[in-house]
Amino acid sequence: MIEISGLSKTFGSGANAFTALDDINVEIRQNEFFTLLGPSGCGKTTLLRSIAGFVDPTSGSLTIEGQDVLPLPPYARPVNTVFQNYALFPHMTVAQNIGFGLEMQDRPKAEIKQVVGEMLELVQMTPMADRMTSQISGGQQQRVALARALAPRPKVLLLDEPLSALDFKLRKEMQIELKRLQSETGITFVFVTHDQEEALTMSDRIAVMSTGRILQIGGPKDIYDHPAERFVADFIGDTNFLDATLQSVDGEVATVTLPSGKSVAARAVQGGNQSGAVTLAVRPEHATLTKESGLLDGVLQNIVYFGTDTHYHVTLDAGSAFVVRKQNQPNAGERFEVGEKVGISFDAGVGQVLRD
Amino acid sequence: MAKSRAFDVRRQTGFVPIALLCFLVLYLPIILLVVYSFNAGQSIAIWEGFSWQWYVKAWQNEKVQDATILSLIIATSASVIATSAAVMAALATTRTRGFRGYTFVFALINQPLMIPEIVTAVALLIFFAMIKVATGYTGLMYLIIAHSAFCIPFAYMPIRARLQGMDLNLEQAGADLYGTPWRVFRRVTLPQLWPGVLAGSMLAFVISLDDVVITEFVKSAGQDTLPTYMLGQMRRVISPEVNAISTALLAISVALVIAFYLLSKGGPQKNRE
Amino acid sequence: MAQASDTQATRRRWLLLSPALLILLFAASGPLLIVVIYSFLTPGDYGGVIWKFSTDAWFNVVVERDFFDDTLSFSDAHLSIFWRSVKLSLMTTLVAFIVGFPTAYFIATRPKDKRDIWMLLIMIPFWTNLLIRTFAVMEIIRNEGVVNSLLIGLGIIDQPIQMLFTEFAITLGMFYVYLPLMVLPIYAAMERFDFSLVEAAYDLYASRWRVLRRVIFPIVKPGVIAGSILVFVPSLGAYVTPRVLGGGKQLMLGNLIELQFGQGRNWPLGAALSITLLAIVMIALIIYVRAAGREEMSHG
Ligand SMILES: Nc1ncnc2c1ncn2[C@@H]1O[C@H](COP(=O)(O)OP(=O)(O)OP(=O)(O)O)[C@@H](O)[C@H]1O
Ligand SMILES: [Mg+2]
Repeated sequence: MIEISGLSKTFGSGANAFTALDDINVEIRQNEFFTLLGPSGCGKTTLLRSIAGFVDPTSGSLTIEGQDVLPLPPYARPVNTVFQNYALFPHMTVAQNIGFGLEMQDRPKAEIKQVVGEMLELVQMTPMADRMTSQISGGQQQRVALARALAPRPKVLLLDEPLSALDFKLRKEMQIELKRLQSETGITFVFVTHDQEEALTMSDRIAVMSTGRILQIGGPKDIYDHPAERFVADFIGDTNFLDATLQSVDGEVATVTLPSGKSVAARAVQGGNQSGAVTLAVRPEHATLTKESGLLDGVLQNIVYFGTDTHYHVTLDAGSAFVVRKQNQPNAGERFEVGEKVGISFDAGVGQVLRD
Repeated sequence: MAKSRAFDVRRQTGFVPIALLCFLVLYLPIILLVVYSFNAGQSIAIWEGFSWQWYVKAWQNEKVQDATILSLIIATSASVIATSAAVMAALATTRTRGFRGYTFVFALINQPLMIPEIVTAVALLIFFAMIKVATGYTGLMYLIIAHSAFCIPFAYMPIRARLQGMDLNLEQAGADLYGTPWRVFRRVTLPQLWPGVLAGSMLAFVISLDDVVITEFVKSAGQDTLPTYMLGQMRRVISPEVNAISTALLAISVALVIAFYLLSKGGPQKNRE
Repeated sequence: MAQASDTQATRRRWLLLSPALLILLFAASGPLLIVVIYSFLTPGDYGGVIWKFSTDAWFNVVVERDFFDDTLSFSDAHLSIFWRSVKLSLMTTLVAFIVGFPTAYFIATRPKDKRDIWMLLIMIPFWTNLLIRTFAVMEIIRNEGVVNSLLIGLGIIDQPIQMLFTEFAITLGMFYVYLPLMVLPIYAAMERFDFSLVEAAYDLYASRWRVLRRVIFPIVKPGVIAGSILVFVPSLGAYVTPRVLGGGKQLMLGNLIELQFGQGRNWPLGAALSITLLAIVMIALIIYVRAAGREEMSHG
């Protein structure tokens, strides 16, 4: 569908040169909900705008359905954008906004009218068709922006943090609505966000970006359970990092020695080291706390109650900190006290060796 | 290669050439006028070498001398009167709640900007003619008062802008420290207001100096200012002397306008951002 | 107590306002009333008026009485001057728009720190003497002026083209003199314009021309209306420019008015013509205020 290879963008030149995109390679599939996730300033918008045609990449190639789109101006590309600030035309009504793209394509009036009607229906804005865009709420504006971008039936819809201006509740509703629209229309969505939860709940696949590069691409579960790099592991969810020594690698399975001297099987990383010092990532909820000695031993420093679960902060004998998260049950088995000596265990294959 | 296909959303075909042409059109006549004021020959199209002669001629022309003195007297008086009145008016209309009659006051102050100058000129001609008949006085005061009136809005605007951006607390602090209202005004308000006052008086000066229409209608015999003198000269074959006078006037206006720009740039509006 | 300080504040306010208001009432607004009164009086033989009520002046604005048989007919001379004033003012406004709009757009799309300088370049001519600028135009288009010399020098023509003292000269002069008044409000509107709307339009398949016509123009329209009024109003009442560049042959309203106080010696007619001009200007201003108000409403 969309194939991007070797795409780079440098703003400015000489001493002021700034590389916003650095050798981006990604293939976005048909009908996919594809998310670009990363911290502020990592180049998400720049990448999206390169696809839309507002940024001219310094090098690399970009094709949509096999067609090289880089020479095309934005109005000739089969993509539409939902802008971060919506960019609704203030001098037009809701219906006129939605019909704008079709009108610019010189479609017949009857067709425009029909499609606009369908779109209004789709985003549930039919009663407000004749309002000016300044007379509707933020969430409604967002839906109009969405309908406006969908109306010309683009092959790809680009969404730049469309939900960031909404309050929490509306945001949740819109997430569901977006997902529904995507499956109903069958259009490929490229979605930008810096909210990891939003990315995990909505996406088919996620590309995690940092400082102009894509660090990892994969499904939400894949990215969460098996982050390939420290940045990814840190950015998405909470993670414990352990200094470990890699003993051997056999395909996907790596055997590592922990600071405590004990060995455990973990997941290997592609293209990583074959031996030597590595970092092992373990999610807090994947580990269990025991009264007896485990893979790691330490002293319980602090217990923080969160309602749904409880966080146990442990200082390992090796000196570093480790957090175990345990879901709360009405009649929880063992009770732990601060200051107690505890053991920490996790299953084989749960830990993830990181590419350093 | 990549550069050539860059899509600039702000580009509109032909706009840049039109804009540059616009600046050219704005400045070309003025520049030519200035250049030919230094021409040795009579011509306004053929350059015959550099010379100060037209400036010397203008300088020695008694009529020009008289007109210059009159212009300066009127512009200075009008600027002082208009600025003083404008400062007071700005103090009364800024930073207060809307009051009864505000619309009336605002319309009155800005009236010279809205009504065609020729209409005001005619009105003043008629009105002052009545007074002249009644009192027999034919002196300069008519011109000075007429100029003061149409200079008021120009002096008022920058002063009001400056006042609006000022910190009210400073005055309250001044009053708190046992300042009488007049002393607070002199020691606290006025120093802060000063750039606005200066800018306003400069604008008023330029506007008065440049006025043609109202002066032409109001002046009594022998009361030519530089612009009305030049207007009279434009009926006959024009001597490059007029170019020289124009250039001198232009230089004064441009200098004052640039000073005004720099003054208002450093004003409180900037600091607030 | 509060009552007392309130009236005190009011007194202080009007005291502060009084110098400005007195000057303006005395030398700007008040005399306008006298003009109205004069328009209903009888002209004196050597200028001035005779204090006798008459509506002749108002009739004479558009009608003339035949000298011999007292029949009434439309005053061709006056009507053609009215028509010329309106026509040339509209032309001036149109040309100023055609040049001023792209210029304002150009300035608004410069980097933020450079825009002030560009605007200063627009405003400097505006603050310099109107007579001098008119004179500068005159120097360029005279028979011995730069344009004709250049064309003759290049062998394109062998007789100078008569440009001075034509309607073209007046229009050119008024355009030149009032152009900054068109650029200023359009620029003010354009500077606030959100260019992400343009991106959105391009994204929705609009061509450059359609982006301009369907998105940019409608949104900055209030600025365009303001600029048009600011150019149209002084053009309509122009006196200096038609006098210098029209050479007394191509009169406009302002010159017609002046004529009544000079050679014409018909002050009441001059007064009636002034009021007529004022009325046209007021109508234009009201149209503007209405249009601006409606715009505001629709944008919420
Ligand atoms: N036109 C430009 N000129 C120079 N630098 C730019 C330009 N546009 C973007 N940048 C820089 O490129 C980097 C990436 O910007 P981009 O807008 O893509 O970030 P982002 O990931 O979308 O961030 P956010 O989450 O804050 O929107 C930033 O450091 C930014 O300063
Ligand atoms: Mg962004």
